[in-house]
Amino acid sequence: MDIVVTVKQVPDPDIPPTHFKVDEAAKKVIPPAGVAPVMNGYDANALEAALRLKEQLGGKVTVVSLGPDAARDTLKRAIAMGADAAIHVNDPALNDADSTTTALALSAAIKTLDHFDLVLCGRQASDTDGGQVHLGVAQHLGLPAVSPVQKIDDASAESVTAERIVEDGYQRLKIKLPALLGVSSEMNEPRYPPLKGIMAAGRAQIPVLTAAELGLNEASPKVKLRRLYVETREARVELIQADSLEDAGKQLADKLREARLV
Amino acid sequence: MPGVLLIAAASGEQLSPTTAELVGEGVRLSADLGGPVTALLAGTNIQGLAASLGGLGVDKVLLADSQTPTPPSPEWLLSVAEAAARQASPAAILLTHGAGGRDLGPSLAYRLETGIVTDATALRVEDGQLIITKPVFGGSAIAEFSVSSTPSVVTLRPRAFEVDQAPSPKEAQVEAIGPSAASDAIEVLEEIREQATGGPRLKDAKVIVSGGRGLGGPDNWHYVDELAQVLGAATGATRAVTDAGWVAPTLQVGLTGATVAPDLYITIGISGAVQHIAGISGARNVVAINRDGDANIFKYARFGVVGDWKQIVPAFTQRLKELRG
Repeated sequence: MDIVVTVKQVPDPDIPPTHFKVDEAAKKVIPPAGVAPVMNGYDANALEAALRLKEQLGGKVTVVSLGPDAARDTLKRAIAMGADAAIHVNDPALNDADSTTTALALSAAIKTLDHFDLVLCGRQASDTDGGQVHLGVAQHLGLPAVSPVQKIDDASAESVTAERIVEDGYQRLKIKLPALLGVSSEMNEPRYPPLKGIMAAGRAQIPVLTAAELGLNEASPKVKLRRLYVETREARVELIQADSLEDAGKQLADKLREARLV
Repeated sequence: MPGVLLIAAASGEQLSPTTAELVGEGVRLSADLGGPVTALLAGTNIQGLAASLGGLGVDKVLLADSQTPTPPSPEWLLSVAEAAARQASPAAILLTHGAGGRDLGPSLAYRLETGIVTDATALRVEDGQLIITKPVFGGSAIAEFSVSSTPSVVTLRPRAFEVDQAPSPKEAQVEAIGPSAASDAIEVLEEIREQATGGPRLKDAKVIVSGGRGLGGPDNWHYVDELAQVLGAATGATRAVTDAGWVAPTLQVGLTGATVAPDLYITIGISGAVQHIAGISGARNVVAINRDGDANIFKYARFGVVGDWKQIVPAFTQRLKELRG
């Protein structure tokens, strides 16, 4: 089974809140010094799922990413984990692409492949928290899409059976291939790259495609970011102080009763 | 008369609370944008729900019954949603950011070649333009967007919007609508609802007691359970705790877990990592019990005690037991 996985490089979501800064004028996050960006968590789950399907059924895993030069590190990590090939869509014109343009660029890159059966994407990215690009890719490729998926039960050359998360449970769906799935973190624990993979990644040549090479015309964004800010939080906490911590515990209960919260 | 189109994927005899929030916001928005409020009601066994939508202030209901034993497939829903959007040609389309809308919304927006903002926490209209607020970077920052194409498609974060407690009921006009051309590439085999595990469900709970790594280990989890039992609360946990296997992954609150919006959220040994805070931005009153007075959680707390939870929590639980006696 030939599988395409879309990956995005994002700021490390574990940046401590004190180090998280925004340039409001530029409407951008200021990358904290010394904290390297990482592969989006859900994308790592999607890649892991692809690698397990390949181990089971054979075939090829290709990762595709849209991003600046630095995104190459994320593609290298994907190869180190076990992906067979990578495509890097890199064009300054696409640096601030909205989800519509991103979906268009990724689907154009996927269309350059000879063959694929399944596209796996993370259910959303941890920076924009949008959860929409993968569904746009599905529309552009004319694929049925299911998201968010917590489990792939059964896969053959013709179809996959997967579990889609719904409120208080899940739906079991049979999906004809080719198709696109949005993978959630419940699915698996992504592997660490083995040493052999790290060496393969070091040697890997990653082709770069530009907007012009993908036949993308002038981008026409559909969504405008008007403002980006960090909510200033003044600590307004009322700290309970007492002679002993036991006493503080008691007083906390009384406070909550006073505030009619319990 | 562009108006607002609401897309409510539903099933069974009752409208979900999130549908009531969706209608509340849709009616409010239509007052600012002008035009009628149309709702697409799509699912299985839903005829009885049309009148309740009218009762909440919807002008017109488009009814799409899949007439299938299992819930309709995502592709069928997309197809009826597209048909409804083309018929109503609204200024804005609202969905719930849950199973009924978080994937349908983006798919619909791309199908209509328009823009979408997902997981919104506030909407307002400025000079006729819809401004959409949503948390980004796991809640570390807030973004405001507008959609430059028509319609604006928005999915609303559950429990971030108020249900209208005194709606103006309408005699909603009801019209059947069907899919334009749904493919059969996706077949719904079954839907499995997980059994409730005794206590209230995390996502709907009014009171939640959550524990973090500061508890020290799974042997101490019973302190969380006991406190929750006294309060009739649901229990939650941080990712560190569920990753370590102290409690079931379903209890995880945060970016990769449940988003909750209780009236009271009590944390024990939780430092307040961004990942966790992302899930509790809707909590109205946070209580923090933590050894480290500089912990981030205190920035979000209304009440706090700094100190060893092992000394604080038993006395806290005991006193609550007395108060609620």
